[in-house]
Amino acid sequence: MSGTVLAEAPERAARPAPVRPGRRYRPGGRWRRAASPVLLVAVWEAAARSGVLSPEKLPAPSAVLATGWRLARDGTLATHLLDSLTRAGLGLLIGGGLALLLGAVAGLLRLGDDLVDPPVQMARMLPHLGLVPLLIIWVGIGESLKISLVALGAFFPIYFNTYAGIRDIDERLVEAARTCGLGLLARLRHVVLPGALPALFLGLRLAIGAAWLSLVVGEQVNAQTGIGFLMMEAREFSQTDVVVLGLVVYALLGLLSDLALRVAERRTLTWRRGLRAS
Amino acid sequence: MATRTARELTPAPPVLTARAVRRAFGPTTVLAGVDLDIAGGEVVALLGGSGSGKSTLLRILAGLDREATGETTVHGTAAVVFQEHRLLPWKRVAHNVALGLSGPDVAGRVDRALAEVGLADRQRAWPAELSGGQAQRVAVARALVRAPDLLLLDEPFGALDALTRLRMQGLLRRLRAEHGFAALLVTHDVEEALLLADRALVLDGGVIAEELPVPLGPTRTPDDPAFGALRRRLLDRLGVPTP
Repeated sequence: MSGTVLAEAPERAARPAPVRPGRRYRPGGRWRRAASPVLLVAVWEAAARSGVLSPEKLPAPSAVLATGWRLARDGTLATHLLDSLTRAGLGLLIGGGLALLLGAVAGLLRLGDDLVDPPVQMARMLPHLGLVPLLIIWVGIGESLKISLVALGAFFPIYFNTYAGIRDIDERLVEAARTCGLGLLARLRHVVLPGALPALFLGLRLAIGAAWLSLVVGEQVNAQTGIGFLMMEAREFSQTDVVVLGLVVYALLGLLSDLALRVAERRTLTWRRGLRAS
Repeated sequence: MATRTARELTPAPPVLTARAVRRAFGPTTVLAGVDLDIAGGEVVALLGGSGSGKSTLLRILAGLDREATGETTVHGTAAVVFQEHRLLPWKRVAHNVALGLSGPDVAGRVDRALAEVGLADRQRAWPAELSGGQAQRVAVARALVRAPDLLLLDEPFGALDALTRLRMQGLLRRLRAEHGFAALLVTHDVEEALLLADRALVLDGGVIAEELPVPLGPTRTPDDPAFGALRRRLLDRLGVPTP
């Protein structure tokens, strides 16, 4: 019954929160959506236990979990995870910082646009993971390779979204701020930065996705630590459970970082909730 | 009334002088040498057909157009209200009003300005939560809080529905009586011009083609025969046939 819409105000207060537009409300829909993944895992587990799936090809989910628990307890997982996170963080910081700087220069200054944007547009056409051989020649196969790859992956989404975010700001708002006596710096702070923030968040989310992808590739090149190394080493010893565990960790990292960013976005961009409500 | 007669006897010093203002967009000359003076406390309506350059002139006077030539001087402070409210969507109402303000007691000044437009209770609202009329009132408060000597109004009520527009015109009259600011009101609405202005100008062919004093009292209504005569004259000048 909660799907019906009535106009009486006092009744409405007692009803469940109004449904967000664009998402149809179905009673029990959330549970129904969870059913097929649960079923899939159950079939996987059953197939592995009954021997239909050989453990060398795909071990049971429970076995993967047990391996995860074992590696977490002896600290192996934490060490490798920390190394992977450090690479991702450093790469994001370098690539993202550079992208933010160049994106702002190109977005704000006409000269910057003419000088910075064409080479970036050209470089965008290169698949950055295809640069691995060249990067190996340039920076070797050590840590700098992994960090460079992450930085390259993070650069483009942040650059383009910074640029577009600044360009899409309503010029009329900038004018209104000028008539209120705001100087250049104040306009940047009160109009340009908050106006570009939604685009910046989008860029950051895409960049984090690209960073994990770069890490997966980078850590398969001569790594001594990291989740990717853990997986490559396990492959050599045919420890399929560890390989699958690595995949699960990568997936969780992506999921958690996306979730954290969504929360940060919702807190920072409260004004957009008002926009949606109207 | 006393201050009005005094003002009519000794003309107040101008708050705005503009000389030979020209502006061309490519080959099209929009303003071909406009001269304009606005005295302190005087409300001047600027009429003209669409594309006649009314808004262009106002933007030049507001200092928003750097490619215009000529000389414009504002003696004192000016504030602008645009046709769209132009509130920053990421700032709450009070912060929008306080934008760029400095000096003592900013919060108190913002309070009073919002109270004057009847929105004292909407300080914490986001612009997106306001109706069109409310948002425009916030824009008026944002201009008012700067205690301007000259208010530049670019079709400020053009985007509002008829009833809200009438209410806003009443509000502007009241505020003007209280604060005594001068104003340049760009509008395409002849009745609005006659309700609010002391003087009406018609912009045509890039120059001020007609200047018409509006000697109606402070309580004016469109029912006044003098109002009707002025209205007919302005409409004639604007090329609108009247029956």
